[in-house]
Amino acid sequence: MPRRSLITQFGHATLAIACLAGFSGPLQAQQRVDVSGVAQSLLPVSVANFAADQRARLDVSSVVHSDLGRSGLFNMIDSGIVLADTGPIPAELRSKGIDMLVSGSVSRLADGRFDVRYRLNDLVKQRAVFQRSIVVHPDDLRMAGHRIADEVFEALTGEQGIFSTRIAYVSKQATRYVLQIADWDAENPQLALSSAEPIISPRWSPDGSKLAYVSFESKKPVVYVHNLANGERIAVANFRGSNSAPAWAPDGQQLAVSLTLDGMSQIYLVSARGGSPRRLTASNSIDTEPVFSPDGRAVYFTSDRAGSPQIYQVSSQGGEARRVTFGSPYSTSARVSPDGKLLAYITRREGRYLVAVRELVTGNDTLVSETGREEAPSFSPNGKWVMYASRRGGRDALIAASVDGKVRQQLASLSGEMREPAWGPLPLK
Amino acid sequence: MKSFARHIVLLAAVSLTLGACSSVPLDEEKGAPIDNRSATSTGTSNSAPVAEPAARSAVAPVQATSSTVTGLPSALSDPSSPVFRKVVYFDFDSFEIREEFRGLIQAHASFLQANKQLKVALQGHTDERGTREYNLALGQKRAESVRKALVTLGVSDTQLEAVSFGEEKPMNQANDEAAYAQNRRAELVYQQ
Repeated sequence: MPRRSLITQFGHATLAIACLAGFSGPLQAQQRVDVSGVAQSLLPVSVANFAADQRARLDVSSVVHSDLGRSGLFNMIDSGIVLADTGPIPAELRSKGIDMLVSGSVSRLADGRFDVRYRLNDLVKQRAVFQRSIVVHPDDLRMAGHRIADEVFEALTGEQGIFSTRIAYVSKQATRYVLQIADWDAENPQLALSSAEPIISPRWSPDGSKLAYVSFESKKPVVYVHNLANGERIAVANFRGSNSAPAWAPDGQQLAVSLTLDGMSQIYLVSARGGSPRRLTASNSIDTEPVFSPDGRAVYFTSDRAGSPQIYQVSSQGGEARRVTFGSPYSTSARVSPDGKLLAYITRREGRYLVAVRELVTGNDTLVSETGREEAPSFSPNGKWVMYASRRGGRDALIAASVDGKVRQQLASLSGEMREPAWGPLPLK
Repeated sequence: MKSFARHIVLLAAVSLTLGACSSVPLDEEKGAPIDNRSATSTGTSNSAPVAEPAARSAVAPVQATSSTVTGLPSALSDPSSPVFRKVVYFDFDSFEIREEFRGLIQAHASFLQANKQLKVALQGHTDERGTREYNLALGQKRAESVRKALVTLGVSDTQLEAVSFGEEKPMNQANDEAAYAQNRRAELVYQQ
């Protein structure tokens, strides 16, 4: 093969058509989108099919299209054309009502990586908003698509996108429990841990390099810290009794966990490298599910000290706890938004378990879920979304909802039951 | 919409620090002609080609292994033995050992005192209603009830460990009250 790109040899259109034919699988995979409750009169946006080298195993433009569509903020219009990042924009696109158009190309470099070039075109002002490129390993073409979607999203809304983030979740596959790491949309899952025994409560380290979770592989709950890149694991809490509910401190140096050293579940702090626990709460009731406030000064947790499970707050230095939730007989699984202003938690209302998002200053709750079988809420790093586990069609499924409850979508379910989602941090720059 | 120019400058500055997965702004007006790209020239990309670059998102898979217990006294698997039954069931939202299970607890207490080399895990379980971590804590209370009962009957605490599986290991997978009643339980699991 000569060292000239295929695009040069065959021309853009021919090549792109060949690519589209080859990509029918991934394109369909991208279309398992179920956005509900979207308001009308959204900004009309289109993503042209990128002119792509056929050795690219993935259609980058379909990832960009899917991400922008899932945001619920744009009216996605099918341009029906292949368009590279260079050259003139066909006039008929404007007549389709498209205001903003993403175009691009994917070409292979000699070392096997791909050069992804893309342009955001403002068809109203008839100018390029930006034109850039990303060079990626073949396995990171999806990530390139997510990055492009983030940059488009930020240019169009002024807000940080979350499409390059990853999530962790547990899938139940026949008799195995599998801890998966996937893109934010639950596509591209990668196996981190497979076990014959349950795995629950995955939590990302602040830098996104590790997961803490509870594994029952030794026939009891033990808290592990797991380095995702090399698979190294440390049992950071493996004390007599049950070890569960890990929560990272914002500095990534220690975790809050629930231990049963005195019989009842109580909250302790342990080093992320293991060692002796330091007790944080002391009650005669259940204290569990700790989570740090973003500044690390407070810990929210679940306690049944008043008879029913409710959310409480205590200083991370210890001391008197303050009750946060009232009005429901069951409030558990608190998570704090990255700006510290919102609390997502599970609340039981008339026998249904729902995700509520509370504005901490006012105490106002927004119910963002609807089926009544919800668990495990988790904020996106920009605080605009909450992901949770639900039941759909008799199976455990993952849902992402906007914190105002207006946009809600089910994420892909390729394999078995999906539960215990944890939304990872923004990728390191 | 705010100043696009500011976004571009900001993002350009960010992207220049991105290393192998970097994005670089191209010439705003012209862009690099697509045909100029070849294996030896990567256009305006500032990323030097790297041999065998690793995928940024790679995850190393790990298989957890669980061992099985063997060599336990045969009385534990003999249906005619008083220690054959090893499950204590609980009422809804309750951690009290029902009267009907006093005999079972007494039999295991005697057996453990006669076999001090044996250890037993008291595994607490709940039904599926509610959230996983809170159910784990509730299951612990059931395991603790059995542990305390055994200690009261004279069993050494060093032979016992109360742990919880919460709602993770239902005995009956159905979603009705009959199944829930079977799932609210504590199991005595001998470990030698």
